[in-house]
Amino acid sequence: MTASVKSTVDAAKNDIQKLTIGKALNLGLRTAMEADDKVIVMGEDVGKLGGVFRITDGLQKDFGEQRVLDTPLAESGIIGTAVGLAVRGFRPVCEIQFEGFIFPGFDQIVSQVAKLHYRTQGKVKVPLVIRVPFGGGIGAVEHHSESPESLFAHVPGLKVVSCSNAVDAYWMIQQAIASDDPVLFFEPKRLYHSGALRAEVDPTATPGPLFASRVLRTGTTATVVAYGPSVKVALDAATAAEEDGHSLEVIDLRTLSPLDLGPVFDSVRRTGRLVALSEAPGESSLTSEIATRVQQECFYSLEAPVLRVTGFDTPYPPAKLEEHYLPDLDRVLDAVDRSLAW
Amino acid sequence: MPSPEQWTHPEPGAGPAAEAAQPTPEQVIAGLRATNEGGPELTQLLTPEGERLSSSVFDRYVADIDSEALRGLYRDMVLVRRADRESNAMQRQGQLGIWVPLLGQEAAQIGSGRALKSGDMAFPSYREHGVAYTRGVDFKELIGIFRCTDHSGWDFKKHGFHPYTIVIGNQVLNATGYAMGQKFEGKVGDDDGEATIVYFGDGATSQGDVHEGFVWAAVYDAPVVFFCQNNQWAISEPTERQSRLPLYQRARGYGFPGIRVDGNDVLACLAVSRWALEECRHGNGPVLIEAFTYRMDAHTTTDDPTRYRLSDELEEWKLKDPIERVRAYLARGGGADQAFFDQVQADADAFAAELREYVFSMADPPPSRIFDNVYADPSPVLDAQREEFLSYLDGFATAGEH
Ligand SMILES: Cc1ncc(C[n+]2csc(CCOP(=O)(O)OP(=O)(O)O)c2C)c(N)n1
Repeated sequence: MTASVKSTVDAAKNDIQKLTIGKALNLGLRTAMEADDKVIVMGEDVGKLGGVFRITDGLQKDFGEQRVLDTPLAESGIIGTAVGLAVRGFRPVCEIQFEGFIFPGFDQIVSQVAKLHYRTQGKVKVPLVIRVPFGGGIGAVEHHSESPESLFAHVPGLKVVSCSNAVDAYWMIQQAIASDDPVLFFEPKRLYHSGALRAEVDPTATPGPLFASRVLRTGTTATVVAYGPSVKVALDAATAAEEDGHSLEVIDLRTLSPLDLGPVFDSVRRTGRLVALSEAPGESSLTSEIATRVQQECFYSLEAPVLRVTGFDTPYPPAKLEEHYLPDLDRVLDAVDRSLAW
Repeated sequence: MPSPEQWTHPEPGAGPAAEAAQPTPEQVIAGLRATNEGGPELTQLLTPEGERLSSSVFDRYVADIDSEALRGLYRDMVLVRRADRESNAMQRQGQLGIWVPLLGQEAAQIGSGRALKSGDMAFPSYREHGVAYTRGVDFKELIGIFRCTDHSGWDFKKHGFHPYTIVIGNQVLNATGYAMGQKFEGKVGDDDGEATIVYFGDGATSQGDVHEGFVWAAVYDAPVVFFCQNNQWAISEPTERQSRLPLYQRARGYGFPGIRVDGNDVLACLAVSRWALEECRHGNGPVLIEAFTYRMDAHTTTDDPTRYRLSDELEEWKLKDPIERVRAYLARGGGADQAFFDQVQADADAFAAELREYVFSMADPPPSRIFDNVYADPSPVLDAQREEFLSYLDGFATAGEH
């Protein structure tokens, strides 16, 4: 690493910076790469271009072409070779350009990434991170706006997380890289460059655990649980609900597999009501799982059934219809009203 | 004449059979195979300066292209480019969500597209607006994808033009299967046979699906032309990031012929595509064509090519412009006069203006469209979801009225 990188990272470390989620991820990657020269970044266009979202901007310039690999255009190739590199002792961080393009790599993820450790009785570790920009709201064409995270949460052997703010983005990406298990890291792409979400990242702070959900806003009327891009929707709904005299508790799930529902159970025991929010189609999804588990654990505390606000059970529609498809604050408030009316 | 064994195991020094005076079709193919191994890599009929090169192999495939036909190809390219530029501008003005420019690739698309017959089927990727045009797909049917009102708007059977495919490489397998179907139904074997053509980029050749498509097509002798537009870049990655050898040479490893054509030469693209499609019609497919061309604009309107490529490269390719060379050839040989060029320009402007007017008047689809056509048979779950959502929206309307 060149002196200039070191000084940038050092400077960043001493500086509490106001960063967007995108910049926080970039700094998190930098910090991890500086700390361990086995960390490599790989994917389509991640080098010179800095990735189509610029999350890896400048990394190749600073760490060289062998640490930041512009790979051939093939997702099975990216993930499959990353498995081999991981087996060899590297810690690859793969970028999938958009969530809709992860499926050519699905076989490698399900068959190898998820199962190698189990199949080898723990002898082979796969310390691999797969970064996946996901979700809608960017006005894109097909395959650029989906939320396939439930498919991966369903696969034993994978860990799946999603961040919703810059502070988490900075820490969680480093923790995912440090994890000896394969982690799918779902990033809320429409929030990457949101100036409004700029937050102070203090590199000297001590982060909380990676695989834990967190209460972001306390409240008493009802609980809303969300993850990734939907967290902002939940928080906005909570602000709006305040005007109607409702106080919503908002929980950021953060970890989708393993699910950390402890804080959700605690919250529901206090509020008696839960709205589970996600952009993904609802059927057989993470929100189904949350509803089931909360029902099981909190049955006697519930004042109303768990309600879900999700994308519809259709393919992601053309972008001119996404304002209807994507759960918005109104649909969350409507669900809260329905819960209260029970 | 080189045998298939020879193109699998080339003999050093074996010259191209294509130089024989009047080659038989078999010799043409054998010659091509040999030519591709040792000879000049690029098949070209019209130089960037607009000089007509003669080819003992390919002239016969464009023997019918007189001045009038060439003027037609010129017009096609100018219209398509004009619509492309208009769409690019409309994206900048916020009327389209995104645009995928074809600038520079007009010859590859018009040449290959005009080689198709009505019974043929074309499987595009997402940049094939020129091919769409040759298949009779109205730009108005196509623009919905980029206006983000539709995923695909045309009747693919009527046009013999499959929906666009964004997931890189998927369509190569789909096309191969379609071609297998043409073969299984006995639609190959003579001049009236059917064929399939599938378009993909140089980057796509790295995908497993493309490899698998090649394997399938080879083992089932599928009548499919693999048309790779090597426009030198896969977003920021140059072709060298995908391959160590010229892409057309890969075909040999699968056991079928590959050829590299000047993708900026509409005549050569037409000739080579006709040859390849004829091979398929007669049951001698598959064939890989690598159209050597250049993406003159950004990858899409969201891309910034100044981050990864030099303007020198762009300047160099400008000299190889596919439209200018036809214009020079026509003008020099008296195939067209200024009045013709002016008329084409006027037609192109009108074509673009009509498209613009249409786009500006496009309505958003109704919300109920979200639920349409998920399944062929009704889904009770979805029907209920639709009902529920529409009545939820109605609630807003009522609230607003009070
Ligand atoms: C499976 C998949 N991975 C990634 C992408 C994102 N992507 C869209 S176009 C593109 C580059 C394609 O390059 P190439 O195949 O050469 O075709 P070109 O766009 O140059 O015509 C990439 C990486 C995608 N659409 N599908």
